[in-house]
Amino acid sequence: MTSEQPPDQAAAPADEAAVAGRERLSEQVARTGMFGTETTGDTSGYGGLMIRRPPALSSPRPYGSYFDDLADELGTSLEQAGLAFGDAIERVVADRGELTFHVRREHLTTVAGRLRDDPALAFELCTGVSGVHYPADSGRELHAVYHLVSLTRNRRLRLEVSVPDSDPHVPTMVRVYPTCDWHERETWDFFGLIFDGHPALTRIEMPDDWKGHPQRKDYPLGGIPVEYRGATVPPPDERRAYE
Amino acid sequence: MGLEEKLPSGILLTTVEKVAGYARKSSVWPATFGLACCAMELISTGGPRHDLARFGMERASNTPRQADLMIVAGRVSQKMAPVLRQIYDQMAEPKWVISMGVCASSGGMFNNYAIVQGVDHIVPVDIYLPGCPPRPEMLLDSILKLHDKIQNMKLGVHREHQIEELERARLRRLPLVAGLGGQPGGSGQEVAR
Amino acid sequence: MTSRTEPETEGRVYNVGGQDWDEVVAAADEAGDRPGDERLIVNMGPQHPSTHGVLRLVLTLDAETVTELRPVIGYLHTGIEKNMEFRTWTQGVTFCTRMDYLSPLFNETAFCLATEQLLGITDRIPERATVIRVLMMELNRISSHLMAIATFGLELGATTVLLNGLREREKVLDLFELITGLRMNHAYIRPGGVSQDLPSGAIERIREFVGLMPALLGDMRKLLDANPVYLARTKNIAYLDLAGCMTLGVTGPVLRSTGLPWDLRKSQPYCGYETYEFDVPVQDTCDAYGRYLVRMDEMDQSLRIIAQCADRLAGHRQADNRVMVADAKIGWPAQLALGPDGLGNSPDHIKHIMGQSMEALIHHFKLVTEGFRVPAGQVYAAIESPRGELGCHAVSDGGTRPYRIHFRDPSFTNLQALPAMCEGGMVADVIAAVASTDPVMGGVDR
Repeated sequence: MTSEQPPDQAAAPADEAAVAGRERLSEQVARTGMFGTETTGDTSGYGGLMIRRPPALSSPRPYGSYFDDLADELGTSLEQAGLAFGDAIERVVADRGELTFHVRREHLTTVAGRLRDDPALAFELCTGVSGVHYPADSGRELHAVYHLVSLTRNRRLRLEVSVPDSDPHVPTMVRVYPTCDWHERETWDFFGLIFDGHPALTRIEMPDDWKGHPQRKDYPLGGIPVEYRGATVPPPDERRAYE
Repeated sequence: MGLEEKLPSGILLTTVEKVAGYARKSSVWPATFGLACCAMELISTGGPRHDLARFGMERASNTPRQADLMIVAGRVSQKMAPVLRQIYDQMAEPKWVISMGVCASSGGMFNNYAIVQGVDHIVPVDIYLPGCPPRPEMLLDSILKLHDKIQNMKLGVHREHQIEELERARLRRLPLVAGLGGQPGGSGQEVAR
Repeated sequence: MTSRTEPETEGRVYNVGGQDWDEVVAAADEAGDRPGDERLIVNMGPQHPSTHGVLRLVLTLDAETVTELRPVIGYLHTGIEKNMEFRTWTQGVTFCTRMDYLSPLFNETAFCLATEQLLGITDRIPERATVIRVLMMELNRISSHLMAIATFGLELGATTVLLNGLREREKVLDLFELITGLRMNHAYIRPGGVSQDLPSGAIERIREFVGLMPALLGDMRKLLDANPVYLARTKNIAYLDLAGCMTLGVTGPVLRSTGLPWDLRKSQPYCGYETYEFDVPVQDTCDAYGRYLVRMDEMDQSLRIIAQCADRLAGHRQADNRVMVADAKIGWPAQLALGPDGLGNSPDHIKHIMGQSMEALIHHFKLVTEGFRVPAGQVYAAIESPRGELGCHAVSDGGTRPYRIHFRDPSFTNLQALPAMCEGGMVADVIAAVASTDPVMGGVDR
């Protein structure tokens, strides 16, 4: 749940539920219907289902295990760099034993630099960039996810940056973690995320003249129907899906 | 050679066919096009347990110019397809192709934007070998079938007659699913090699 | 020494009057015009016997020295990650297992650990399933390293090593076939456990294998460890020190050959690795020979772990031999006997769901059509594959299919380090460098 306080602390729990319900209904619709595609006649009525996207979580303190220390150390380190923790990091999520900092893109390289250089943090290894496309999350469709490992302190951390489709620019991490070179190329190739300042942002997996960014949700899987023993099976993205 | 083209149909031509077939099938040099998982089974087939050297085929010709058989082992991506065709073109006649594994034969489990749905879109295939990946014994079986095919390959006039017959048969063939393949003879693009 | 260019001869003509060769070359250099200073751009194309798969290397050569090396990848890109978004979580295992095809069980484990972490059932996986996972992973580590060393030998021209390695590897593949049914691409490790228990007689076969292998590995060492040709081709070749590894994100045997004993099985244990006794082999020479030694030692350590796993499995009582999580809404029914024709449906299971238990029928129906639902969230599960840190970043939106799966493959990152290892060296060392990094192009391109 989001850390929003109900207007009246002494109100009955029903009001909190009502507030949460209103919040939920105001979120955007992520998916409609139960069966994914609409190719066959669906008389079940489940086609009218509207599944809304989950609200943006933010974990309250204490986060647990080493996460609190880590957040505090990062806060101190950022202050030394002249940046407030809350300015650089919009949300912190501690979930399933992992810590995620949602970083604002303009401060990404500063945060990463502090994480790498500050001896109290010492995140020497970055294991790469991963892109995720949330078309339902308008204004924040493309996410770039970085996973960092501290070998000296045996810790893991995730940094996540969200950018809109209309302006898919993220500053490059190559100056801080050179290993992100090929990973950023791959993320550009598959999602269209443009990493500003990357020395050579070109296609790496797809052929050089390919059009489109294949792993985006609006790019079709691209299969063909298969003829087998007298029947035709549609490709995986056009079949009835039970979701 | 050219000799077989000049011989008239008859016992002389069939003897030449037998001799040429025997010579060709005993001296196949594969240009192994090992791409993915099937390549591991291909290498295992060349290993000590399933021994490809029993056919003299363990000497894989890394240059396509000297190769006879292209074993396409693994999934062919869109980026790799032109390379595949170029290697195939560089091989000298007579040449054969085994598409090893389901990914090479039909795209396999990867029915998507990145994989060519069967290398027969790019090169003509002689033997399709299913499996994911096919066991080395299956690959040996397919090689034996290919050897049969090579042994019985017709030359010269016989070959021309065979091609005509095959074409006529294909044009007469009905499609599996009514409505697919518009021509009365089914998919008329199939032509005998 | 004088020089002049005559139109009839090719290039410059140098008159040599009895000096040392060094002086001649020095003077020619000074003359400023070095006709031999040509850069040759060579393409070691995707189809090449020695590039470990479909890797294209564009080399800029200055005589024998590599001045620039650019790896071009993507020739095996299969769209596995996108394909997994259209399959259920259990079916995803069959896709991810074909990524890094030399270590399929590691891919499966990374994906299953991520799925289980998302589901929150990590501590409810039966112990027997966990031990079997460790056993299969270590067997896979041995078969992967054997293939790495075998192809390393092949590429350097030592075909005996290839045949030895393949012969040993066949023993491991026999064990795989006995336990999972397939030699490769098993889809054996599934979210919740493993798909079936070990068949009877498997423990004896495993122990037999563990007894045989040290002598066979010793034979391979006798061939290579002190072989002067091998040493000449791998000592001080493909140097990449710790700073280089950290900057380029390199993990695995390459990192351990620099002197840092970083192994996820010890540092961030998963699947109960903290309960096994084994060492992490480390060398500090940072070269191809060091990596070879690390791999050979890792195989010895894997044999130790396998012996411990076999002991534990043999010691399990009948009561605790579940191999799939107890939650019937997640666990695909394991322990299914084969049908009478050796394939497909188990008559006992059908009798159970059709005649005996309504819940079992419903669970079966829901699992087969929809699959289980995984709560929304994201997770990054990392394991130590034979090539380095294999990570699975799994994002779920609460549905029955993954929203986004990304695999952080070690070969992808290790290949980035190739220019750092090869530039400035000789062309022949490029082959040794690639082989010592042991990339598997299926993992690189996914």
